[in-house]
Amino acid sequence: MFIAISLAILITMGLALTRALAGPTTFDRIAAVNMFGTKTVLLIAVLAFLSGRTDLLDIALVYALINFIGVVAALKLVTQGNFHTSDKDTIKAEQGERE
Amino acid sequence: MIIDILSWICLLAGGALGIIGGVGLYRFPDFYSRLHAAGITDTLCAMLILLGLGLQAGWGIAAFKLALIFVFLFFTCPTASHALANAALHSGLKPKLDKSSREVKS
Repeated sequence: MFIAISLAILITMGLALTRALAGPTTFDRIAAVNMFGTKTVLLIAVLAFLSGRTDLLDIALVYALINFIGVVAALKLVTQGNFHTSDKDTIKAEQGERE
Repeated sequence: MIIDILSWICLLAGGALGIIGGVGLYRFPDFYSRLHAAGITDTLCAMLILLGLGLQAGWGIAAFKLALIFVFLFFTCPTASHALANAALHSGLKPKLDKSSREVKS
């Protein structure tokens, strides 16, 4: 039964990946990759129970955290062109060191 | 026994919702409708599958970890969808409207 669930998740991941490859706009791709990441978390959780090694749940948890941060970072990069860090300050500081 | 049946029902519903969301993401004509299909089914699919796994696990450290993943996905999935839609709207991506709603707007 766990195998059936993991197969369903794999089919969903395939569809999301198709959309990520085909998507006309960048936001389509990001949405598809976001869905792919969520499904990866679920797949790892199901595989942990399928193989009987529940330690794998830690990896699923870490993947959930990384996935969210990755999506938000990609969104910032796409919409603003940079990460809006204090680039000007670092450039000024470097110039100040040179002077 | 009852817990087993409940957990299988949750897992199957979650898998079905996942496939529905994937098909919606693949087939819909417009970014916002795709995001609608993906974002909504994504959250509930994750909830149901994690709930089913938690029922299988019983009380213990595994259930606690599943609950952690549950809480995290519960907050981040809608947040990511909202941020995506917000960013797309701000960058000037127009939703595809049919004739009647366009007339109502203008």
